[in-house]
Amino acid sequence: MFWNKKMETLQGDKLAVLQHKRLTWTLHQIDKVPFYHQRLKEAGISAGDIRSLEDVEKLPFTNKKDLQGGYPFGFLAVPLNQVVRIHTTSGTTGKPTVVGYTRQDLDNWSELIARNLTMVGLAEGDVFQNMVNYGLFTGGLGFHYGAEKIGLTVIPSATGNTKRQIEMIRDFGVTAIHCTPSYALHIAEVTEEMGVDLPSLKVGMFGAEAWSESMRSELQRRLKVNAFDSYGLSEMYGPGVAFECPEKEGLHIWHDCLLTEIIDPKSGERVAEGERGELVITPLVKEAMPLIRYRTGDITRLIEDGCPCGRGQKIGRITGRSDDMLVIRGINVFPSQIEHVLRSLPEVGDQFMVIIDRINYLDEMTIEVEMNREYFSGELRDLAKVQHKISSALRDVLGLRTTIKLVEPGSLPRFEGKAKRVIDRRGQLW
Amino acid sequence: METDQYVIKQISIFSENRPGRLAAIAQAMEEEKVNIFAFSIAEADQFGVVRALVNHTEKAHKKLTSMGFIVSFTDVIAVRMRDEPGGLYAIAKVLGEAQINIDYAYAYSGRDAAVLILRVNNVKDAITTLLEHGVTLIENSFFR
Repeated sequence: MFWNKKMETLQGDKLAVLQHKRLTWTLHQIDKVPFYHQRLKEAGISAGDIRSLEDVEKLPFTNKKDLQGGYPFGFLAVPLNQVVRIHTTSGTTGKPTVVGYTRQDLDNWSELIARNLTMVGLAEGDVFQNMVNYGLFTGGLGFHYGAEKIGLTVIPSATGNTKRQIEMIRDFGVTAIHCTPSYALHIAEVTEEMGVDLPSLKVGMFGAEAWSESMRSELQRRLKVNAFDSYGLSEMYGPGVAFECPEKEGLHIWHDCLLTEIIDPKSGERVAEGERGELVITPLVKEAMPLIRYRTGDITRLIEDGCPCGRGQKIGRITGRSDDMLVIRGINVFPSQIEHVLRSLPEVGDQFMVIIDRINYLDEMTIEVEMNREYFSGELRDLAKVQHKISSALRDVLGLRTTIKLVEPGSLPRFEGKAKRVIDRRGQLW
Repeated sequence: METDQYVIKQISIFSENRPGRLAAIAQAMEEEKVNIFAFSIAEADQFGVVRALVNHTEKAHKKLTSMGFIVSFTDVIAVRMRDEPGGLYAIAKVLGEAQINIDYAYAYSGRDAAVLILRVNNVKDAITTLLEHGVTLIENSFFR
């Protein structure tokens, strides 16, 4: 099913012409932002120098620090009276990033969400429970308006009160949910504890954090949903940037609205076709806050064209943000890799927590793992075997020795929003 | 030989190695009016297993599970032992000669005799051997 078949399937020359036209418009729009006006002048580039889409490489990057430096309204290309909404990012790493939206921006954003929801098979008649934070976080209102646009019956349940969430899914005949994968797991856990099931549910859309294929199987099995990956970032409206179609194997990114590049995060050079690197996006239709070559910090790759659904080129699932990457004794580790290993082992229960310390100048990673109660034989030596199995599986994938601490089920924290599963206690190196 | 009546269900509880866990277990048993005949704690570096022989096994299992503990049953045997020098030797010798290995054991001193609780590698053989040598085993009905 398509929401906007023409735009969703636009490819080849027709797409390139549209992208170029929109890029040219964007370059005029960014010129209204003093930061960009200055930066392009310094780089000795003007809008006229960008004659083809390839020329975008001549433009400087924009990164999160730049945006933080513009706090609060330094990146707005329109007067504040044309901004009808403001969202901000959490600001865990310094000042929050402020994102402004014109009425047209909100329409475009809803359009992208509408495409995604339709793509996974949702339409009028479906009942949709949106279980994410409805405040400044873009996941709440973003999905909300897109869902209303296509005529879903929307329940803006937000987060919290998990039992009530489950009752609503059952009582209202909810067919689709949206939340973080960690919260979905908690929903599954509480549903099982309550001894009930969720027979009406068919689609689960999960995003805002990286999650693995083993997490997908687990969520699909326990919630009996078809689970889809949702990708987005506040700087590009919020969720809706890229989304899985029923074929999965990557996420469709909306090329008519977003110009994508994959670069080597160190050199800034584009990587060869199909190689992994950092996703860089130039939004093509943003009015209030146009950006050029925004470095997302997310690691992915462009997948070969030719998805049977007919839509454009996909990006691979995000394995982690470069900010999330841990360097343990010189080895790069993404928390999502740890998750993938743990979720593939049946002895492991629902939650885990990674704790990193520096002991005698050496990084030590301890992973607290909740036991799966089905796998407790009552014998100490079987527990030691489980411990050993987990650490060997992790060593095979990460190339690192870890200390596994088995803990009681239910003893580790549960998360309603983005999960915080890593506690780094190493402090500063210097 | 019928051995089933001598197979006793010990409850084994997974517990993190931190203060207050045993108190939580013991309090739960008090609330359920479950009497603990004997218990032991086996400990690895980060966690342990609390083993207990109680008078209402199912009730204890249900309560602890509802509290979130991981609990399982383990088959053990309870041997009546003379509470005097040589009492333990009499039993251990029989098992040793029959090549039956004791994984772990703990004991309590009851009203009329000491009781030795044994986890062995072959429960059936251990029961048969001990009975053949005239050792008294306690039937599982005693612990219900």
